[in-house]
Amino acid sequence: MDLHYLTAHELGDLLQRREVSAVEVTEAIIDRIEAVDGRVQAYLTRTAEQAFEQAKAIDAARARGEKPGPLAGVPMALKDNLCTEGIRTTCASRMLAGWVPPYDATVVRRLKAAGAVMLGKLNMDEFAMGSSTENSGFFPTRNPWDLERVPGGSSGGSVAAVAAGEACYALGSDTGGSIRQPASFCGVVGMKPTYGRVSRYGLVAFASSLDQIGPITRDVTDCALVLGVIAGHDPSDSTSADLPVPDYRAALRPEIKGLKIGVPREYFGAGMEPEVETVVRRAIARLEEMGAVCEETSLPHTEYALPAYYLVAPAEASSNLARYDGVGYGLRVPGKDIIAMYMNTRSQGFGPEVKRRIMLGTYALSSGYYDAYYLKALKVRTLIRRDFEAAFAKYDLLATPTAPTVAFRLGEKAGDPLAMYLSDLCTIPINMAGLPALSLPCGFSQGLPVGLQLIGKAFDEATLLRVAYAFEQTTEYHRRRPELGVA
Amino acid sequence: MPISTAEVEHVALLARLKLSPEEKVAYTEQLNAILEYMDKLNALDTTDVEPTAHVLPLRNVFRDDVARPGLPRERALAGAPAASEGQFKVPRVV
Repeated sequence: MDLHYLTAHELGDLLQRREVSAVEVTEAIIDRIEAVDGRVQAYLTRTAEQAFEQAKAIDAARARGEKPGPLAGVPMALKDNLCTEGIRTTCASRMLAGWVPPYDATVVRRLKAAGAVMLGKLNMDEFAMGSSTENSGFFPTRNPWDLERVPGGSSGGSVAAVAAGEACYALGSDTGGSIRQPASFCGVVGMKPTYGRVSRYGLVAFASSLDQIGPITRDVTDCALVLGVIAGHDPSDSTSADLPVPDYRAALRPEIKGLKIGVPREYFGAGMEPEVETVVRRAIARLEEMGAVCEETSLPHTEYALPAYYLVAPAEASSNLARYDGVGYGLRVPGKDIIAMYMNTRSQGFGPEVKRRIMLGTYALSSGYYDAYYLKALKVRTLIRRDFEAAFAKYDLLATPTAPTVAFRLGEKAGDPLAMYLSDLCTIPINMAGLPALSLPCGFSQGLPVGLQLIGKAFDEATLLRVAYAFEQTTEYHRRRPELGVA
Repeated sequence: MPISTAEVEHVALLARLKLSPEEKVAYTEQLNAILEYMDKLNALDTTDVEPTAHVLPLRNVFRDDVARPGLPRERALAGAPAASEGQFKVPRVV
């Protein structure tokens, strides 16, 4: 049996019935990593030794008759911007190349408590800035469906690892689409929960009012399971919502009759590949056949979301990244005085995209430009929120493409930052409004996966998961695997 | 209004980034292209619109004022590029 392509719930069932041991599962996936990661390049740091220790502990607990939970003993991996005590966390940046955090992020603590076996840390765009994982300070990750293409970004390593059978599930972070866009490009399920649903304590900050951690999985059931473990109030994060967490797995029912789904026409605009549109429209038609009421609607300020985002996110980033000054942690490049030390350190430690965003953000916040750029963008953010509020007065959820295209080729957009920014067109408005959204596989174009994005009301992840699950029950897309030339 | 190379230099100083001559030219071009795209926002009248800095309706998030142990000093300093006598060490400031 090929253990590496089983879902977390399938593996969890096998483990609970003690048909396999956690050590055997861990071994199988580490073998898989050995076989394919040379080509996919998803991992920045591997922690096989610790993984085996965790797996042994789970096996021992089961041998004692304990029932350690549905995800116990299932191997997973983390985007390298989540702090892991004693294990280096680089954010794919030269700035943090050798940094070892003294604490675990809350999500890491919760996964450990649920018995997770961690295989390592995954590649990403440096400081989560990018849409292709080409901006990693170390090396680009490749799309398992076509190694000449990008996996998307910035959680490209996380998504590629799940798609290639190198981790059963992974966590990513989503500031403007960084979980959903690569999930779409690599044919897996990726969710950005409502802002505040999952604690950001221990996530290396990029844009604090937009960042959210979420699961990347092979199917919707796994997404519900993982979200259930990581969600919930955390006093260590002042923006964490103090709300009860529903039983997401119990919410998965194939029944969606009568549900009202809005289809915003602005998400099918210029730049959309016709075949991607066809695939997504067919998926929406399928939801209709299943009994949902789908209706075209409008979110009139959609076209302003991208320019507003690229002012708000860099402004927050320029402030958050001020902490990399060569004093407290990370790289230090000496200089003749302290200012020279700061400038040398930051110039050598940050890559071009990070510098570009710091420059953009510093400019937008600087004296004389604040009102014209930053404040204006925050006001436009209000208009975007209002669009969604009006839509959700009428609809239970919205359905759109996740990305306007399939995965593009490595290098194709690397020299043109604006073209790269446009690949997050369909995901960015959701972060601006703080809403939950997920991408799930809904078909193929040119042999490459296409994602359907479902957007929900704030804190209503359960409805999203339910509709995604119902759709998934009628399709086989999530079962297809890339051919990597190995069994 | 396009951003000049002198402004790029000023912003780089504010951001504590040292740019090479090539980077100055590249960032001037790229920031101009991006900012030109941002000008799209001026088409919208936002006179009476409140800004949204944050999506959650948060007001004064408090927790009980209870003393608890912080990170031990040696662990806080463990990642520092230079430390001395239990403190971060930096080049002379004054």
